[in-house]
Amino acid sequence: MNLHAIRAIYRFEMARTFRTITQSIASPVLSTSLYFVVFGSAIGSRMGEIDGVSYGAFIIPGLIMLSLLNESISNASFGIYMPKWAGTIFELLSAPVSFVEVVLGYVGAAATKSVMLGVLILVTARLFVPYEIAHPFWMLAFLVLTAVTFSLFGFIIGLWADDFQKLQVIPLMVVTPLTFLGGAFYSIQMLPPVWQKLTLFNPVVYLVSGFRWSFYGISDVDVRISVLAIIGFLVACLVAVWWIFRTGYKLRS
Amino acid sequence: MSSIISVRQLDKTYRSGFRALRGIDLEIRRGEIFALLGPNGAGKTTLISIICGIVNASAGSVEVDGHDIARDYRKARSLIGLVPQELSTDAFETVWATLRFSRGLFGKPPDPAHLERVLRDLSLWDKKDSKIMTLSGGMKRRVLIAKALAHEPRVLFLDEPTAGVDVELRHDMWRMVRRLRDDGATIILTTHYIEEAEEMADRIGVIDKGELVVVEDKHVLMRKLGRKQLTLTLQSPLSGVPSALADLPLELAQGGHSLVYTFDAQAQETGIAALLRRLGELGIEYRDLNTSESSLEDIFVGLVHGGRREVAA
Repeated sequence: MNLHAIRAIYRFEMARTFRTITQSIASPVLSTSLYFVVFGSAIGSRMGEIDGVSYGAFIIPGLIMLSLLNESISNASFGIYMPKWAGTIFELLSAPVSFVEVVLGYVGAAATKSVMLGVLILVTARLFVPYEIAHPFWMLAFLVLTAVTFSLFGFIIGLWADDFQKLQVIPLMVVTPLTFLGGAFYSIQMLPPVWQKLTLFNPVVYLVSGFRWSFYGISDVDVRISVLAIIGFLVACLVAVWWIFRTGYKLRS
Repeated sequence: MSSIISVRQLDKTYRSGFRALRGIDLEIRRGEIFALLGPNGAGKTTLISIICGIVNASAGSVEVDGHDIARDYRKARSLIGLVPQELSTDAFETVWATLRFSRGLFGKPPDPAHLERVLRDLSLWDKKDSKIMTLSGGMKRRVLIAKALAHEPRVLFLDEPTAGVDVELRHDMWRMVRRLRDDGATIILTTHYIEEAEEMADRIGVIDKGELVVVEDKHVLMRKLGRKQLTLTLQSPLSGVPSALADLPLELAQGGHSLVYTFDAQAQETGIAALLRRLGELGIEYRDLNTSESSLEDIFVGLVHGGRREVAA
């Protein structure tokens, strides 16, 4: 294991984060705050409680998940796409590193950034709505697991993309609709019966539901299924990355 | 002397079907400066990219200091530094940060003293805190060299290092290459500038259409394939080569004011004496005569374009 390489990549990526702090930290926090103002305070005050939780508090876990997914994907995909685009990837390919070091460095940095962001949003939310966290350990576990999993997913997108359009198409066309339909703003019990069934094919439902359970002890699906779902997705991403590096797909001709 | 790099039966066919390398066998000796010459698209960069781990080989094997580049890639790659042809650099990083990154990536603990030495050698020390995008093209080239040297490689690949580089940097670079060689490093360079290979290299390999046409000690190559020319400055100009001399490899130059005779420097009988005698018989007088040896460039052009002459090793 080349520990120096992991540290070098991690530091490099974290430096990129702090260099672009407005874009990578400040702007997601601001846009989430706007959600809290609009949905939590303005509209939420006219809505009833859901399972005994005020609407403003109900949407907090979903909103954090929303940012976490988007930012994890975009951080990690940009992190590996930029060297490909700029041509500096040659150095990574010629270095004595395996996919393990590369993934730990890039995905580790992207996930760190996402967790920082999640915590920041959580703190910001406190300014708008009171909330409690019933299971702090599980809350943190969901936060970290989701950040890692979707950073891995973003990393795969960054490896796969060979132009900027491809880099954006999955986050915009697939992930954003799934997160909005994933129960961030509503409980799936509020949907018509057919949609209640269909929505179970949306992986984001399990993330939001599990994460919300760690806050308020309420969930749309069994929390154990949520945990299994996220671990399953994590493993799938790991296998995909391992396969990409083993075959050299899109990296080594 | 033992080989630091052994390339055996290396073959590369790209997915497009283009066969870039055809059964390359090559031994690079420890501590030499080896120049790889060839026209565009001959396979120079493909060969280097395979040895450095950027491109996968289709068949064949490569060992770096006894380490197979596929099975034992960590050991093999940690010995190598690569300066690529393209000016691919991070735009927003500082020179210092990018060097520290390179060193770490190749598994070496931080060593600010070494990095400082590298930067000073390349006249980059006062730019260490500059963002790379603010540097000129020549400076970026220096940064790429510094990055390649950051982890103290034993083998340095320079892919077209002097393309688009000013004279000063070129001289700095060759000074540095010689110093590295004196420290025991092996240097492999590709170049379009044949004078460079002629000036720098110990051995020369010529690659064309994916095949190594010749690998030879520079001096041996130039002696073996070199041709000499005898130029006679004439007393009075000729309008054409006299028909009595049509059997000889003669050409008129400078508007008929000089006569050029090409001969094989290695031949037993150069034919000079006979030529001069026959000129005397024809009454052609000359004021001056001098001979010149062909350059590596002439040899190279002869090898690559003038059909492959068989070269006995």
